[in-house]
Amino acid sequence: MDAPALIVSLKLAVLTSAGLLLPALWLGRRLAQSRTRWKVLPESLVALPLVMPPTVMGFYLMLAFSADAPLGGIWQRLTGTSLNFSFSGILLASLIVNIPFAVQPIQRAFEALPDHLREAAWCSGLSPWRTFLSIELPLVMPGVVSALALTFAHTLGEFGVILMVGGAIDGETRTLAISIYDHVQAFDESAAGWMSALLLAISFITIAVVYGLSARHRWQAER
Amino acid sequence: MTLAERPAGQQGEGLVVKLSQPGPIPLDAEFYCRPGELLALVGPSGSGKSTLLRAIAGLYAPARGRVSCGQETWYAADQGHDWSPQQRRVGMVFQDYALFPHLDAADNIATAMGHLPRSERRRRAADWLERVNLEGLERRLPRQLSGGQRQRVALARALAREPKVLLLDEPFSAVDQVTRRRLQRELVQLRERLSIPIVLVTHDLNEASALADRLCVLHAGRSLQQGAPEALFRRPASPAVARLLDRPNVFSGRVVATSQGLRLSWGEWCLEVAQGLDAYPVGSHLTWYLPASDIVLQRSDRPSRGIRENLVTARVDELLVLGGQSSVTLRVPHEPQPLRFDIATHAARRNGLVKGGWVRVSLLAAGIHVMQADMLPSSRDDDSP
Repeated sequence: MDAPALIVSLKLAVLTSAGLLLPALWLGRRLAQSRTRWKVLPESLVALPLVMPPTVMGFYLMLAFSADAPLGGIWQRLTGTSLNFSFSGILLASLIVNIPFAVQPIQRAFEALPDHLREAAWCSGLSPWRTFLSIELPLVMPGVVSALALTFAHTLGEFGVILMVGGAIDGETRTLAISIYDHVQAFDESAAGWMSALLLAISFITIAVVYGLSARHRWQAER
Repeated sequence: MTLAERPAGQQGEGLVVKLSQPGPIPLDAEFYCRPGELLALVGPSGSGKSTLLRAIAGLYAPARGRVSCGQETWYAADQGHDWSPQQRRVGMVFQDYALFPHLDAADNIATAMGHLPRSERRRRAADWLERVNLEGLERRLPRQLSGGQRQRVALARALAREPKVLLLDEPFSAVDQVTRRRLQRELVQLRERLSIPIVLVTHDLNEASALADRLCVLHAGRSLQQGAPEALFRRPASPAVARLLDRPNVFSGRVVATSQGLRLSWGEWCLEVAQGLDAYPVGSHLTWYLPASDIVLQRSDRPSRGIRENLVTARVDELLVLGGQSSVTLRVPHEPQPLRFDIATHAARRNGLVKGGWVRVSLLAAGIHVMQADMLPSSRDDDSP
C-alpha cells in the first residue's frame, strides 16, 4: 500500500470538494435562476471538462501553468514556486476539472424549486438572505450533498489531468490512481490490487451515500 | 368610466391601484379596494388578473402607474419608487399555496411572524391553526395535509403577517367542490373580523359574485368596469363586459320613433324600454341586454293578469331539466342569438313547455339595458380557461 499516495489523494479530494462548495452554490443558483438564452454559454463552459479528453485538458492546463504563460508567471512571481509538478498545481487543475460535478447537481436542485416558494418567503417578510438560508438551502441540500460526493469520488479517480500537470512526485503529486498505474507497470499486481480494491470501496460508498440522500426526504411527496 | 363610482376622498384609504404598460403583458387597469371590502378581479385567463395581484404584492413592476395603501405609497413608477414585498406587508395566498415543504404547518405560519419575538411564534401559530379549524395539526408537513388543509395553512400564514392587504390568487381552484364550498364559507366568516382590503383573483364568476362586495372586470389587462355584482350583472357597461360576465340575451336593435314615444326595434317587434333609450338618436343601432330574470313566461292556460309588456312569441329550441331548475332556450325568427332564461321545472311542466312548441314571453321594459354597440371580444375561446 502506497500510504503517501493515499494521503495525497484524500487531501486533494477533500480540498477540491471544500473549495468548490461555495462557488458552485453561487454559480448553480445563478444559472438555475437565469432566464436569458445566453446562459447556454456559461453552461457549456461548465460542462466542458465532462466531454474533453483528460489528456487534452491536462495538456492545456500544463501550458497555462508554465512559468512563460500569464497564469503560471503570476503564480511564480507571487510564490516563487512553479504550478506544474506541485500540489498547488494539481489542486488548481482538480478544481477546474471538477466544476461540472460540483455545479450541475446544485443547479438541478435549484431548478426544481418553484419560484413561488421564494416569493412566498418574501411576502412572509423574509429577507433575500434569510430566504436563502432557511428556505432555499434546506431544500437544495440533497443536490449539495450529491455535488460534494461526486466531486470527492471523481477527484480520487482522476488520472490523466493530474499526471500531465503534476507528474508523479512522491508525497507531492503522486495520487493513488497514478500509483496503481506505476505498480502495474512494475509488475507489482498485488499492491495494485489492494489499492484498486480500496478505490472501488470508496467509490461504492460515495455513490451509495449519494443515492441514499437523494432518495426520499421526509418532506418530499411520495409518487 | 371605471372609477366613476369611486366616492370622493377615497384617496389615502384602502388600496388604490393604477397600473399600465404596453407590453410584454399589456396592462391598463385602475381600481380601488376599501378597508374591509372584498374586491374580485374577474376575467378570462390571460386577462392580467394574476399579474396585477403580483404587482400589488411587489413581485412584479409594470412600466407605469402607482400602488398605494392607506397613507403609504408602495409603487410609483414615475418616481422610481418601489417598495419590496417585505416592506409592503401583504398577505398573499398563492394558487398552489407555495407552502414551504420542509417546514411543518406551525413553522410555515411562524415563518411569517418575523415581527414577533421568537419564543412567541410557535404558540401564536397554534392559535392561527385553531382559527382556521386545523387545531392539532401543528406537526404535519404540507405533504401530509389535504388540499383544503393546505389552503387553510396558506391563509393562516398570509394573515399571521398581520398584513395591510390580503391577496388571494385563485385560492379555491385546487380543491374539490365540496371542500371549495366549505372554504368559501370559512372565508366569509373570517372576513367579519378583518378590516383590511381583500383582493380575490378568480375566473369563477359564481365564486366572485358570491364572495365579493364588488367585481372588477378585466380583459387583456384592461379594467372594463367595476361595481357590485348585481349591478354589473344587470347593467354591464358594454357588450364586451356582458360577454365576459357570461351573460346570455345580448342582441342588436335600432332606435325608432313611434306614436307612443321612442321604441327599440327588434325584428318584427317594437320594444318598450324603461330607461336609457333617449340618449341615442332615432335610427341609431345599439346593443341591448336583458337579464334572464327579466324574461317572464306567459301562462298558456289563461291570459296573464300581470305584466304583459313587450310580448314576444318564440319557439322552444331547447329545454334542459337541471334538477329543480330548467334552462329554456327560445328562438325568434329574425334573430340568430337565442333568448335564454331559467324557470322552475314544475312551472315548465305546468305550462306544457316542450321542445319545438311555441310560447309567449314578456321582456320586461325595466330590465332592458341598452349599450353603445361596440366590438365584441373576438371569439368564444377567449373565455375558456
